[in-house]
Amino acid sequence: MYEGIVQDLIDELGRLPGVGPKSAQRIAFWILDADPVDVKRLATVLTEVKDKVRFCVVCGNVAESEQCRICADPRRDLTVICVVEESKDVVAIERTREFRGRYHVLGGAISPIEGIGPDELRVKELMKRLADGQVTEVILATDPNLEGEATATYLTRLLVPLGLRVTRLASGLPVGGDLEYADEVTLGRAFEGRRSVQ
Amino acid sequence: MHVTHLSLADFRSYGTVELELGPGATCFVGANGQGKTNLVEAVDYLATLGSHRVASDQPLVRAGAERAVVRARVERDERQALLEVEIVPGRANRARVNGSALPRARDVLGWLRSVVFSPEDLSLVKGDPSDRRRFLDALLVLRHPRFAGVKADYDRILRQRNTLLKTAGRSRRSDTEGALATLDVWDEHLTRTGAELLSARLALVTSIAPYVESAYRDVATAASPGRTTATIEYRASLELPDEAPDRESLRLALVEAVRARRSDELDRGVSLVGPHRDELVLTLGDLPAKGYASHGESWSFALALRLASYDLLHDDGDDPVLVLDDVFAELDRDRRDHLAARVAGAEQVLVTAAVAEDVPEGLSGVRFRVHEGTVERA
Repeated sequence: MYEGIVQDLIDELGRLPGVGPKSAQRIAFWILDADPVDVKRLATVLTEVKDKVRFCVVCGNVAESEQCRICADPRRDLTVICVVEESKDVVAIERTREFRGRYHVLGGAISPIEGIGPDELRVKELMKRLADGQVTEVILATDPNLEGEATATYLTRLLVPLGLRVTRLASGLPVGGDLEYADEVTLGRAFEGRRSVQ
Repeated sequence: MHVTHLSLADFRSYGTVELELGPGATCFVGANGQGKTNLVEAVDYLATLGSHRVASDQPLVRAGAERAVVRARVERDERQALLEVEIVPGRANRARVNGSALPRARDVLGWLRSVVFSPEDLSLVKGDPSDRRRFLDALLVLRHPRFAGVKADYDRILRQRNTLLKTAGRSRRSDTEGALATLDVWDEHLTRTGAELLSARLALVTSIAPYVESAYRDVATAASPGRTTATIEYRASLELPDEAPDRESLRLALVEAVRARRSDELDRGVSLVGPHRDELVLTLGDLPAKGYASHGESWSFALALRLASYDLLHDDGDDPVLVLDDVFAELDRDRRDHLAARVAGAEQVLVTAAVAEDVPEGLSGVRFRVHEGTVERA
């Protein structure tokens, strides 16, 4: 245990995701050693981010104005929506440059243990976006874990009756990897989702 | 297969230990509390990523240390592999095989197989159904490591669903909808994963039942002539379709059963059907073993279940490491000798005992003395 404020700093840092007690201590001492200007800048960003950040009124992605860059872009395909859990997922898909539609950020996945049901997610907003009939395909890109799959199942049940094309991202083998190193679950899924080559 | 070298760092009571082991029988002898069991527990940990003594990893790490490392060189069909697991409580374990890190620790399962006999085995007969389910699932994972994932998924779905049932049950009395809306979704996942687990358990019970019967006969004949037929039977929490149902028909049966019990489930706030409510029924003659079997018969049955596990794995083409942890002190002379005769042929047998005289002749083999956390060749 350190005295007073140093320990407070370590405790606060230790609450961040992915930061254990050891790392918290290392970061705290880096801050103590660092140039006061650097520390000031970090502190300013930390306090400003909460005030300045906004969420896109259309898709729920983090944005700097009312709409995010993607929703405001007229070149985007308005007939396809890709549903993801977090803003981070938008960035990941954007990096592929394969998808030209727009997104919908749910803000998590269904998980009763954490008290998250459809009402806590931006499901109603999604339904509203689909109401005008412009969208013809919804791609479900939730995480391939239990909660993500449950969320996808839930949305499928909701969306299919609307007559939309509903698709789920494929699960399978990582590109550039070796088949022999794939775990059984992934390989099993890849078998299930195999497709004809012609 | 057998372990040729075991090395521990900050595991249980040990700072560091390096042990050369060989095929055949090895005995660890020492007074209580000196660390005999910790040695064989480490071997079991590499095989199952769990301990037969505790449910959490915390007690496995030496007091004051941050992590424990268990390393073993395993020889199988004249080929060697170096297995290593690092245990850090509260975090995911890390595993290496031949020096290269595995993406997930559970990928180490399957490299080493062990069957452990311990005083706790008595609860297989006398304990709750959950003890017997754990026995089945552990054996399932030993045979097909893939099921470690299926079981973990099932447990997580169950926790999610139970939480939902609790909140939905409450809101049913006030408003509705909300929580209920996603129950169908969890039902779908529960029944799909549940059917996979259920069908694997049914197949396992079918294959192991004859082994249990013959193992019981071997261990108990002389001890108690007469009531000597031991049978096991899987009793599911739902009505199963005809003989040898496939996974899809089990899934449909589960769907049906879940639908029928929904109102009950909402009232009580727990999932009432599925593999987590099933029972492995042990019968001796015409009577259930639990409650009717004598102490000695219960022991014979517990030994029979372990021996049958070993025999089954053996006939799968594997020769798992046999661990007899402190069991001889619990058994009378006849059972001791029968058990010893039965396991003497195994490729490697690791025995712990407080008193050297408790260990039957045939298993004396190489002897180590364990005293205050040091292990010495006797």
